[in-house]
Formats: sequence, structure tokens, C-alpha cells
Amino acid sequence: MKFDAWNGFKYGKWQNEINVRDFIQSNYTPYQGDSSFLAAPTENTKKLWEKVLDLFEKEKSSPGGVLDIDTKTVSTITSHDAGYIDQKLEQIVGLQTDSPLKRAIMPFGGIRIVQKSCEAYGRELDKTISEVFNGIRKTHNDGVFDVYTPDVRAARSSHLLTGLPDGYGRGRIIGDYRRVALYGVDFLISERKHILELLDRDSFTEELIREREEISEQIKALENLKIMAKKYGFDISVPATNAKEATQWLYFGYLASVKDQNGAAMSLGRVSTFLDIYFERDLNNKVLTESEAQEIIDHFVMKLRMVRFLRTPEYNELFSGDPVWVTESIGGMGIDGRTLVTKNSFRILHTLENLGSAPEPNMTILWSTRLPRGFKEYSASLSIKTSSIQYENDDLMRKFWGDDYGIACCVSAMRIGKQMQFFGARANLAKALLYAINGGRDELSGKQVTTKFAPITSEYLDFDEVMDKFDTMMDYVAKIYIKALNAIHYMHDKYSYEAIEMALHDQDVTRTMATGIAGLSVVADSLSAIKYAKVKVIRDKTGLAVDYEIQGDFPKYGNDDDRVDKIAVDIIKKFIEKIKKHTTYKHAKHTLSILTITSNVVYGKSTGNTPDGRKAGEPFGPGANPLHGRDTNGALAVMNTIAKLPYEYAEDGISYTFSITPNTLGKDVSSRINNLISMLDGFFIQDRSSYKCKCI
Amino acid sequence: MENNFLRVHSFESFGTVDGPGIRYVVFLQGCHLKCKYCQNRDSWDVNEGKNISIDEIVNKILEYQNYIKPSGGGVTVSGGEPLLQANDLITLFTALKKYNIHTAIDTSGMFRITDTIRELIDLTDLFLLDIKHIVPSKSQELVGISNELELEFARYLSDINKPMWIRQVLIPRITDNEDDLLKLKEFISTLKSVEKVEVLPYHDLGKFKWENLNLEYPLGDIPPATNDDTQRAKKILGIK
Repeated sequence: MKFDAWNGFKYGKWQNEINVRDFIQSNYTPYQGDSSFLAAPTENTKKLWEKVLDLFEKEKSSPGGVLDIDTKTVSTITSHDAGYIDQKLEQIVGLQTDSPLKRAIMPFGGIRIVQKSCEAYGRELDKTISEVFNGIRKTHNDGVFDVYTPDVRAARSSHLLTGLPDGYGRGRIIGDYRRVALYGVDFLISERKHILELLDRDSFTEELIREREEISEQIKALENLKIMAKKYGFDISVPATNAKEATQWLYFGYLASVKDQNGAAMSLGRVSTFLDIYFERDLNNKVLTESEAQEIIDHFVMKLRMVRFLRTPEYNELFSGDPVWVTESIGGMGIDGRTLVTKNSFRILHTLENLGSAPEPNMTILWSTRLPRGFKEYSASLSIKTSSIQYENDDLMRKFWGDDYGIACCVSAMRIGKQMQFFGARANLAKALLYAINGGRDELSGKQVTTKFAPITSEYLDFDEVMDKFDTMMDYVAKIYIKALNAIHYMHDKYSYEAIEMALHDQDVTRTMATGIAGLSVVADSLSAIKYAKVKVIRDKTGLAVDYEIQGDFPKYGNDDDRVDKIAVDIIKKFIEKIKKHTTYKHAKHTLSILTITSNVVYGKSTGNTPDGRKAGEPFGPGANPLHGRDTNGALAVMNTIAKLPYEYAEDGISYTFSITPNTLGKDVSSRINNLISMLDGFFIQDRSSYKCKCI
Repeated sequence: MENNFLRVHSFESFGTVDGPGIRYVVFLQGCHLKCKYCQNRDSWDVNEGKNISIDEIVNKILEYQNYIKPSGGGVTVSGGEPLLQANDLITLFTALKKYNIHTAIDTSGMFRITDTIRELIDLTDLFLLDIKHIVPSKSQELVGISNELELEFARYLSDINKPMWIRQVLIPRITDNEDDLLKLKEFISTLKSVEKVEVLPYHDLGKFKWENLNLEYPLGDIPPATNDDTQRAKKILGIK
């Protein structure tokens, strides 16, 4: 293949096959310098951003923080006419609906959520749509509840399994949006058509039929993507010819996804260094200035900050807000030893200064001890200034996923365009421990939730007995957990298939079944208390253990104390081994995460008193964090505890949320930056995964 | 070494204000002063805390080398009063020096320069010397002991050219008097190895520790030092 749009690029494998990584590796320019080249926002940018801020203000003062809802149109890639903020100012165009911040309805995941959301914000869902989706067109949510078994239902309503994506979009799939820019949509369609030809075998099995249907859906989605871009006056059937077009094409790919899916996390991937190749070409050809380059990125990021979904207030409570998780993975090192940091890595971070700090897009630095010092300093300084940056351990993850992976949501790494995950929320292991003690009765309701197991009846808890029963309970949880996830993902594929996102993946994609643990530190501390102190059980009249009295002290998770940290490691290994015993939908690879970022609050609410002294309703620690206040040896001791958790058993990621005030990071700006860099280097050199730093 | 212990109050793995870079801070138990503004009232009693073997402490510290060394940091021993355990600190610092770890001591300096103290000073790379009050009688009133010893201590450090940071806790109405601060400035100017002078604004975040011990907090009616107070004091002392 050859396009004029590719003039000036070094040719390679990428020309004849879809291979974005090869394109990047053959053409990108690593940048070793500092941030001094960056440009301030243009007048254009300032004017446009002013308008966006006004809109945000209006949105904030609207009931429930929802500016407007289009209750009459089912959102699809082509459902809405072009929408603008101020067309003559916008360098990058495209909105989810025909008007900024107007939310769309996406009922294929489940109509109930849509109805509830409309009601919550004082709107009424269009009658016809309501009728169609309440009886004529089945949704993902309907499908799941058709097949759920009683044990899964019970575990779900008692919050043993929590946050399952059975009534909302699963998300966590990253389309390789770069393909749209590099190849143009027609090339992508022709490749899919070729695949369809190959998917014709004598043995015409259910699996083959399903695959053919999926590929056909993908082709239709790509056709629709072109139609959507046409509405804005762009022909994206062919490759992008310059930096602005490349950014625009890529954004259209992303926009189609967020018009099609209201997913729990709709991440962007790893686009800045890819785009830098176009920026460098234009800068070298003197058809673009640094100020214009920054303007394109600023406007692109504005659009990403304006992505909105219609969600219920309960959903917002679970996730502490209304996150989209537009995660952009920045930096990292290549497997050939060159840094993947480019000028564009700086430009996208610089939007935090030009437009002010914001949680979206979720800027994620792929941190390596070998990153150029200038880039380290710039990210650390922005962390301190904006607390809007999270860090992932590139030195560790590159070994697993190569050098073209991206982060979905907050820590899940996946090879871009080659890997997707079936999001599995998490199992509440703190509750499972209480169930082990109570023979499967819920500590709050007293209901028998699991199969009846023999409860513990002794006055004081014995470590070996508890471990034995907890082991059996984890077997049970693993079994019903995978049952639930298989049902969910089968139905999601069937009724709410992410055709556009999957069209931007290879056909033979690697799938992971991403399970998760909530309450790890509570379990570790509880077992530590049982082992090293004396824990007396307090039971109600029905014999239900409802509280615990601890006599003596015990080692607490988060203090770099092997006695308890080893318990946490052991639990992780055990649980994933049990998960692996069960067959997964589409033969997905079993993975595990320890990464609740905000939902730890809600999980804590639905869990009774625990043997570590945590009181009913108190929040869990987020992700792999210790319970609030249990760590008494400072931040590095916590990090060393977390560094012991084995990534190879928790490949979907381990997160540590760290908040610190700038004052505690050091006395002046330069020592703060220095200390933060050393902290990250020191943590990640130990082979650990993810780390979200918040400086408040 | 395995038979030597330190009496420890607590550890802080990420110290960033007690010396350069990232510091692993060992807070020792026990203090012979009675500072009215003490933020660690629970660290006074020499019978509290727990004995931890120096071997264990060294091993703990070594786990943090990846953070400490690249940041230009090290280990800071604070308290309580570290010099009360000078003998065992010699063992600790001798071990740390084998690993090339920077050592600092945060002290009041209210000690005579004995042979033991002299040996420990030699093993210490930096002193954070907290001048309680430049006026002897006011020192007596504030911390229960006059300041001759600590001023002498500072002079000794200066004589042997040992790096030190001078610290003054700025307590409104007690250590913020302009004349006193000028006296302090004058004293500091006679010392030759002072690398830094720090004004630490007084706060009452440690008040609860007094209350936990059923003790009345002596500075109950003194407000925390404001940013303006600190800037003023810095100006008087002629520091940034």
C-alpha cells in the first residue's frame, strides 16, 4: 500500500499490514530535553476554553449536575448531527450529541439504568424507546438476569460480589484509535472483509458463526464511523495527511466509541507519541509552529474533558463521581532501550497548565527509572502542582506486555489493539472471611447467602480453623464469581457488542477475565489479629458472629512487616489459583486486580464488623492500601509492603493511592521534585505495578 | 551488634524535612528536657517505647536504600533525645557507615562533650541542632534547663567544622522577641559550620498526646505561629 499521506515516513512492515507499533518504532523521535520548549495557550484556545468553562459552570448548577439529556434518541455512532461549542474557534471537532454536554441515552446495556437516570434528573424517557426496550428489544441486563443462578443472585444482593457490570456497560476496552489516522477507514474495512472471507470453513460451528457476525458488525461500525465524520465535513476513508488531521481522525475513532458505549472506563490508549510523528513531520516541513501544535493538543484535550455519560446517582456514589477514565498512557521506554518520551508527551501534560488541572483525561505516566531526567522533573512538578497524574511501573509491565501497551481505567495494562478484557469488578473477600466464620450467613442480615457451611462456634478464633474455612469459602466464591462473569460477558457480547472498539483490534485478540479483590488489607489484618493477638467472637441470640473483641496487639498490613504482609501475598495467590480452576467465556485468561480506587467506601458500607477491629460500615482501604490509620511507619513502609504483592498473580494490576501535602514532600520546590522522583524510582525498581500519587 | 538495643519510640520511613533528601527517621524514646511545646510528649519517659536490636534496625534501613541514596538522603535519629543513647548510637552509625549511609542527629545538644559524645559526633555527618532559647533564663523557663550546654555543644561542632543546621522553633510570645532573635543571629554568626538556619513555626498538633496522658498542655493559650510570623522571624534572622 502507498498513500501520499505517508510521504516523509520511513517505510516498513506497517505499510502492508496493520501494525501501528512498527510505524511508531520506525518513525518516532525520542526527546531527551526539558519542558522549556512548551508554548502557552493561544488566544483562540483561551477564548474557547472560556466558553467550555461557562458550560461546565452551567452544568454544575443544573439539577444533579446534568446539563441536558436527549431522551428521544438512542445513541449510535451516527445518531446525532454535528455539534459544536464554537465552530470557528475549534481546531478539533466532534461531540457525543448535537450540543455540548448534552447526554445521550445508551439503552443496550440495560433500559432500567436509563429510565432511572432520566427520572433522577427530572426527565422522562421517550415513550416509544421505553416500549421498544421493555419487551421488544432485549438488553444485556435482561439477558444476564435470564441466566443468573440463585447462588449468584444471592451473592450479588448481599454484596459478596460487588459492582458487577450486569446492568451497565463493561468498558475497559481500548480501541486502537491510532489506526484510523494512520490507515484511513477504508483500509481497515478491506482488512475486515478479508478476515470475513477467511472465516468460512466446512465446519460451520457456533463459534465461527458468532465470529462472522461480530466481524460483520465491525464492518458496519466502520462504515458508520465514516458517516459520522462526514457530518463534520471530513472524509476519513483515507489516511490523515498532517498533525491536525491525525489528531482529528484519531479523536473521531474515540468519539464513535463514546457515542456507542457507556462503559465503566473508556480509555484512550497510548496516542501522544504516535501523534508526535505527525507533529514532527509538520514542524520539520515548517507548516506548523510549536504554538499551533500545542493548540491542537489543547483542543483535543478539551474534547476529552467534555465526554459525558448518563448515569444514576447510585452509580456516581459507587465511583465517587462520574468518571469516564479517559486514560492516556504517556512515556515509557521501548524494548530497544530508547525512551518513548517525545515532545508530544510533554504537550499533553502541558494541558494541565494551559487549561488547568482536571481528572480527565487520566494522565498516566509509564514510569521507568531510565526515563529522561527532564521528563521526570516535569511530571513530578505537575504532580505536585495539580495532583492529576498517576504512575505505572513501565520497567515491570514492559516485561509482560511489550512497549505498546496502554492502561485501561487506572491500572489494567493491555497491548493496544491486541488485547481486551472482560471487566469483572470484584469479590469482597472481607465479607467472604466473615461468611467463613458464620457458615455463609450474612453478618448484617443474618440470611443464609451461600451453601450452608459449618460455622465456627468457639469463643476465641483459632487461626488454623479460620484459614481452613476461609479456604473453602474462597473456593465457593471463585466458582460463583466466574459463573456470574461468564454470564455477563456472554450477554454483553450478544446484546451490547462494542463493534467499533473491536473493529480497531486485531482479529485474534487476547482476552482476559479480569477478576478483582476488595478488602485485601482488612482480610490480612483480620487474619493477623487472629494469629498474633486473641480475637473473641461476640454472637447474637441466633449464634451469628456480629462483632469481635481483640486482646493484645498484632502486626498490621502497611508497615513493611513480613508477618502480616505474607498473609496478604498468600491470599492473593490462593484466590487466583481458585479462580483459574473455572472455565471462562471465550477462553479468556484469568487475571486478578487489587485496585478499588473509590468504591472501597461503598464496599465498606455493606460489610459488618471485622476481626481486625474495623467497625461495620467503615471504608476499606482503596486498592492495595492499608486501612486508613493502620500504617504508622510512613509512606515508604507502605510502599514496601505493597511491593511484596506479586504482580505475576495479579496481572490486572495493583494500585496504591498516595496522598501527601506538598509540605510533607519537602521544604522547597526543588527538594519536593527530587524526593518524589526518588520515591517513584525507589518503589518501581522493586518490580511493582501501579501507583497513583496525589499531592493535595 | 546483635546484643545491642536502642529504645525506640517509632519509625518514619519517608522523612523529608529532617535533613537533606529522603530520610529514614528513627525516633528514640526518652528525653531529659521538659519542653512546654513538645509535640511528642509520649517520647519522654525512658521506660516506655520498646527495645529493638540494632541489627534489626540496620536491616530495616537497608530496605530503603533504593529511596534514600538516589535522593541524596540518609538516616536521621530524632526523639526523644538521641544523645541519651549515645553508646548504642555509635554501634548503629558504625554499621551504617559501612554501607555509606548519610547520618544525622536531631538534638537539643544539652550534653557535655564526653569521649562517647565525641566519638558519636565523629560518626555523624550532620547535626540538626535545636536551640531552645538564646536567653539562658528563658530557656530555663521553657524547657526546664538553661542553654549553656547547647551553646557550648554548638561551639564544639563549629570548632571541629562539623556541618550543622540550626533550628529555632518559633513560638509566639515566647521565642519571637526581636531582640532575642537578633541575639540568636549574632550567636549563629560566630559559628563557622552552619549550613542552614531553619525557623520551625510552632503548631499544637501534638496537644492530643499530652491529653492522652492526662496531662495539661502547658501552652494552651499560645496560638500556632502564622506564616507572617515565620516570615518576620526569617527576616530578622536574615534568612530566606
